[in-house]
Amino acid sequence: MTIADQVTGSIAGTASAKPADAKPVEAKPRAPAITLPAIGERELRLDLFRGLALWLIFIDHLPPNLLTWFTIRNYGFSDATEIFIFISGYTAAFVYGRAMLENSFVVATARILRRVWQIYVAHVFLFTIFLAEISYVATSFENPLYTEEMGIMDFLKQPDVTIVQALLLRFRPVNMDVLPLYIVLMLALPLILWSMKWRPDVTLALSALLYAATWEFDLYFSAYPNGFWAFNPLAWQLLFVFGAWCALGGARRMSRILASPVTMWISIAYLVAAFCVTLTWYVPQLSHFMPKRLEQWMYPIDKTDLDVLRFTHFLALAALTVRFLPREWPGLKSPWLRPLILCGQHSLEIFCLGVFLAFAGHFILAEVSGGPAMHALISLAGILIMWAVAWVISWYKRVADKSGAKTKNAVGNADLAGGG
Amino acid sequence: MKAKVLLSLILLCGVLAAPSARAEDAAPAAPTLPAACELPSYLLTSESQLHKVADTVKSGKPLEILVVGSRSTTIPSSESSSYPARMEAILKEKLPPSEAVHVSVEIQSKKTAEETAGSFVKLMEAKTPTLVIWQTGTVDAIRSIDPDEFRNAVTEGVAALQNAGADVVLMNLQYSPRTETMISAPPYLDNMRVVAQEHDIPLFDRFAMMRQWNDQGQFDLFSPSRGPELAKQVHDCIGRALAQFVIDAAHLGPAEQQN
Repeated sequence: MTIADQVTGSIAGTASAKPADAKPVEAKPRAPAITLPAIGERELRLDLFRGLALWLIFIDHLPPNLLTWFTIRNYGFSDATEIFIFISGYTAAFVYGRAMLENSFVVATARILRRVWQIYVAHVFLFTIFLAEISYVATSFENPLYTEEMGIMDFLKQPDVTIVQALLLRFRPVNMDVLPLYIVLMLALPLILWSMKWRPDVTLALSALLYAATWEFDLYFSAYPNGFWAFNPLAWQLLFVFGAWCALGGARRMSRILASPVTMWISIAYLVAAFCVTLTWYVPQLSHFMPKRLEQWMYPIDKTDLDVLRFTHFLALAALTVRFLPREWPGLKSPWLRPLILCGQHSLEIFCLGVFLAFAGHFILAEVSGGPAMHALISLAGILIMWAVAWVISWYKRVADKSGAKTKNAVGNADLAGGG
Repeated sequence: MKAKVLLSLILLCGVLAAPSARAEDAAPAAPTLPAACELPSYLLTSESQLHKVADTVKSGKPLEILVVGSRSTTIPSSESSSYPARMEAILKEKLPPSEAVHVSVEIQSKKTAEETAGSFVKLMEAKTPTLVIWQTGTVDAIRSIDPDEFRNAVTEGVAALQNAGADVVLMNLQYSPRTETMISAPPYLDNMRVVAQEHDIPLFDRFAMMRQWNDQGQFDLFSPSRGPELAKQVHDCIGRALAQFVIDAAHLGPAEQQN
């Protein structure tokens, strides 16, 4: 098999949803502008990397410990959030794009809104847990060293305003930024898909234009009590739309670029350069080697507005992943990767669980001072819990599907569109 | 096959990077700090220099230091144990006995960097310090001020202090593990580092130091204790580290002074 074959249909992301070279596709619905992959076997690479992103997000939300060294943000500019949003865009377009072609705009929109509602409820649930945690800390923790930091509890003095603002997604505690971003992106999805159906490339161009305008005119979503959204949806939409574009045939059209050795070497060079730069963050002695000019041009690498350096870093990672991890890689079926894939298949549930476990982990670490071993143990336990819950959900779905098989129609799997 | 190669490469990078970073943690501590305050030497040195402090001390003039900060610069009800007072004591110890050192403190509680920077012109007219240590970022992080605005405010503040003829040291946030899930420190830490780089001024990385102490077990910063003992000990260590840092950045170490 040639490289081009491997890459065919691939996306600059983590997966290929193209009906793959190997499998002939029957009765593929065709739209004038976009091509949809066939409903075939599940694209395991998507699940694998989304599962991986969920684990990494969980570990990054915990206080730094041994496992933190295995998260990709230590080796380059981008981190798990990029993977997560890209795959979410990809899968959402994959599932709801089909609904839009096969049914209608209205039906697809209705289904998207239902999904948005689920994510919203999940967010409110997490907020409740957060409130409980912060209230506990506020009443039990009075170390004079941190009188100033305790000022963060001031919002507890007016819960009426705070809770309403939280419901409006304007008050968002730390580590609870991803779901609101995802909600806004999903709300825009009907428009994105409708526009993609018309001209995918124009849609992508418009998205890039909005991204540029966000940087140029400093557009942002304001937050309560002040400040702004930690992930600016106006910038992050680029990654989401790019994912959707790849899912709807863009990836296949890019296959030649992705298969070219030039792309590969540029990607490798960029990743190595990014690695060297990040190394200077963790080994401060090395920072003498960084040219001042470069530092001044490059820093700060902005996460809120999805810095171009982060975006390109993700592209480079994705290009290499797609090239070296073919869709048919037998390892995808190996039991060792099963936990990751399972987690990736139930992303909304597992994401929420991850945020909750991170809160719980902080809490345990605060109550039991246990040192690095305890930290690592908590991270591992959290991952095992995520895996176990994903397994239970899968099992339940299988059982429920069996009993409900008669009534179930062939609508795409909402779960696949998850991303949550 | 290729996938395996790639995967193992990634893992290898991880394995290589982890020990290198850890080994670095264990770098020899500056000998001048007591064991409880032990820190890797890179946290106590800076490439940027404090020329005015160096000149003042070399010419034997009194060294006036002003610490501008928010509430984390003090310990409620025990002012004399807070880090500015501790730094003053250590500086007096370390510098030649003939050198007069005076540290004054300006607390602007619940003020953002922008609000504090606005007061600098007047403040510098009233006092004419050789060195200003500006501790900031906490209030901005609590109120989640736009990091870009925060950076501009710090830049303006630093410029105002420099225009008034003072050397400047920036001090960043405290490491506060209990509120880590509530206050997002990284954007403010990053932006302070950027301003320090742009203006070539030393950054005293209080956050990294406190995290180091917590991770190494010198202090349990999760402790909910209400007594002031922990705060006093931490401030003592910060004061010592700060004195060491100033001496280093002004090249006033014993070796330099012999020349």
